[in-house]
Amino acid sequence: MKITKYASPVIFYGFSGKLIPWLGALTALLLGVGLYLGLFVAPADYQQGESYRIMFIHVPSAWMSMFIYVVMAVAGAIGLVWKTKLSEILASACAPVGASFTLIALVTGALWGKPMWGAYWVWDARLTSELILLFLYIGFMALEASIDDPRRAARAAAVLALVGVVNIPIIHFSVEWWNTLHQPASVTKVGAPSIHPSMLAPLLLMAIGFKVYFVTIVLMRMRSTILLREKHTRWVNELLETKS
Amino acid sequence: MKPRRKKFAIIIAGVIGLSVASLFTLNAFRSNLVFFYSPSDVFAGEAPLDRTFRLGGVVEKGSVKKYGDGLKVDFIVTDFKQSIPVYYEGILPDLFREEQGVIAQGKIQADKTFIAAEVLAKHDENYMPPEVADALERAQDSPATANN
Repeated sequence: MKITKYASPVIFYGFSGKLIPWLGALTALLLGVGLYLGLFVAPADYQQGESYRIMFIHVPSAWMSMFIYVVMAVAGAIGLVWKTKLSEILASACAPVGASFTLIALVTGALWGKPMWGAYWVWDARLTSELILLFLYIGFMALEASIDDPRRAARAAAVLALVGVVNIPIIHFSVEWWNTLHQPASVTKVGAPSIHPSMLAPLLLMAIGFKVYFVTIVLMRMRSTILLREKHTRWVNELLETKS
Repeated sequence: MKPRRKKFAIIIAGVIGLSVASLFTLNAFRSNLVFFYSPSDVFAGEAPLDRTFRLGGVVEKGSVKKYGDGLKVDFIVTDFKQSIPVYYEGILPDLFREEQGVIAQGKIQADKTFIAAEVLAKHDENYMPPEVADALERAQDSPATANN
């Protein structure tokens, strides 16, 4: 009984199926409480009034966009080195989820930017590097889709993901390295976070909620990819027979 | 085991190589990545005099003056070392206020005044309820009045 036994698609399919309902319920709970606290309980901001509440979606989405990219690149690298099928499937399952979070972060940021900054979009380092992240996700998916053999596609896409990983620290540190319109980090700042606890609590709840949502949705995506790829094997056929 | 380790090393070396390369590239383009210049940069001659650039800083307390229908406005942008008067005609963003960050896009004139075509408000990283902000302000003001 080693940990690597979970890398077998059959065993993974079984135990992930048991996890998903629990993770789904936890996602609903965290997001429900987080949104309620964020939209109704947290006080208005001293400068931005009510408009700041969009950050309860914007900030966790932006964090997720970077986090998922790292997961994708690491899974890709593991797939390249150890040739494990499951990590290739994981990397592939991450891409559309990460791209969606990146898009959400960009759109919510633009909607907030217009009334607050006076512009939907500016070409500052933070906004531009986040847009590049969206293009990296899209490039990953396009490259993967353009190669017919899924194993070869996974290897090519993993190399692209690894190349793009340099963008992650650039996004994070852009607000410190250069003069940007985007404000510096509030939560991960050295010393105390410069955000009031009554606003920080819902923000962190939302962030954890997004993380659990990501795990749930990625497990679901991986399961369907496994079924598709292993459709000619005996265990999938047996599974289909017992289900029907 | 050997080829696997080699592959791993190649990947690590590749990522490190790319990071160093992009670090150098970004460093080389540093001046082009600057979103705005501070008034000190302008006085140090770093900002372009003949074309449009962005001037960033804090709106000086008590410097905002509005004229006529309220669309014409002038104010002083400062970085607490140097300051530059800015003239602007147009709609100001919600977060524009005195003692808050601002970024104005426009051209510098010969007399070191700035004609802005666009004004953006720069938000800082602080989030708090109004009561907390008031309390902080009172706390900041009280030692000053005690000294007087």
